[in-house]
Amino acid sequence: MAVFTMPSLGADMEAGRLIEWLVAPGDTVARGDIVAVVETQKGAIEIECFEEGTVRELLADIGSDLPVGAPLAMIQAEGETIPEAVVAEQATTVEAEPPVVSAPAPQPVAPIPPWTLQAPAAGVVPSSPAARIRAKQLGLDLANLKGSGPGGAIVLADVEAEKAPQTKRTPQEEMRRAIAAAMTRSKQTIPHFYLSQTIDVTPAMDWLASFNEGKPPSERVLLGALFLRATVLAAAKVKTVNGHFTEEGFKPSDKINPGLAVALRSGGLVAPAILDAEQMGLVELMAAMRDLVARARAGRLRSSEMTEGTITLSSLGDTGAESMAGVIFPPQVALVGIGAPGLRPWVIDGTVAPRQLVTLTISADHRANDGRQASRFIAEFNSLLSSPEAL
Amino acid sequence: MTPDQIRIAFLEELTNVAPDIEPDTVGPDDHIQDDLGLDSMDVLTLVTALHDRLGVDIPEVDYPRIATVSLARDYLVGRLA
Repeated sequence: MAVFTMPSLGADMEAGRLIEWLVAPGDTVARGDIVAVVETQKGAIEIECFEEGTVRELLADIGSDLPVGAPLAMIQAEGETIPEAVVAEQATTVEAEPPVVSAPAPQPVAPIPPWTLQAPAAGVVPSSPAARIRAKQLGLDLANLKGSGPGGAIVLADVEAEKAPQTKRTPQEEMRRAIAAAMTRSKQTIPHFYLSQTIDVTPAMDWLASFNEGKPPSERVLLGALFLRATVLAAAKVKTVNGHFTEEGFKPSDKINPGLAVALRSGGLVAPAILDAEQMGLVELMAAMRDLVARARAGRLRSSEMTEGTITLSSLGDTGAESMAGVIFPPQVALVGIGAPGLRPWVIDGTVAPRQLVTLTISADHRANDGRQASRFIAEFNSLLSSPEAL
Repeated sequence: MTPDQIRIAFLEELTNVAPDIEPDTVGPDDHIQDDLGLDSMDVLTLVTALHDRLGVDIPEVDYPRIATVSLARDYLVGRLA
């Protein structure tokens, strides 16, 4: 018997609200089956089950907020019989387990000498520095607040309690906050370095035009799919850009699950992954991209797509800036940023000719890679794109 | 189909691809990429939807001819005639 708990839904997500159960007690579940839908800052995510067997009991209610590690359901493995005593024991064990904490343990502090309260000067409102700063930020006058600190001093909690009740944030605002948290964390913990290269994509675009000619819209391939395929094949050759960096260090991944940065029309950004992309040919990859983008915009992505990306491709598309040095999505170690293509002068066979060029910038984690590996990746990518028919 | 029905069909498929766009706010000469922010994936999705709905297969070389509602209507009228 196992308790299936709320999985982590991404580097920055800590909780979600359960909005739908897709199984009931008595249903059989296999690994990877979608069992519930959870609302997060990044939209609705379908939760996949890690356990196999029969659902015995649903442990969470619709509408409840669930932190990572919260019990969701009891799954009985096939052939297992459970004595009642163990069930009761397991239930209490689960409750006693603290939720997963990601913050580091606080540093031990030297004991503080006893503090004697000094009478404040006349007219001065006794308050803590934190309270004063926060009050200034909020535009509150300390004289109007009641202090709960020593000697009636106003502390931070008093200021926080006073500020206007927070209006509920829109989903877009929630998503912005999630992105902000993830990107901040990435820049604070990952030592980024960047390598760029200008790439001639004229052969790729010419090949694409002739490939798409005569094909119905549902079978056409986009330049972005070529970039994705080249990313996958180059990552297969340069294994240090594909994987996760955790407390134990860098762990390369056998599978290549490229995340695709998808801009949402409402203004947000998600980077869900296509799983096992190394198994897919170009046409299959294009179909997977279309499906992923559609589901990302509809807000129906799966938990595995949010957490199992091993490298991410971020392409600005057809119009926009010529290059991008992006921020790596932890716990990945690389991000491939491609600017918009432009017709520019280039040198071919000793003469200047107009060519379609893009600038590729790889952002890499210096703990897992150095200039040599990043350079190799770029060289592979460039070589692959110059022979598009082989992609 | 009348030209106006074709125009409405195009507008419907356009707002399916970009649900945040209000049909009434789309001007006849608004460029679907430069003004309405559709990217190449959106355009392909739109073209696929038009193919399914109207039976018109729009080749890549003709994409500029559906770049605005006005242009698209004229182009589709011509194709369906």
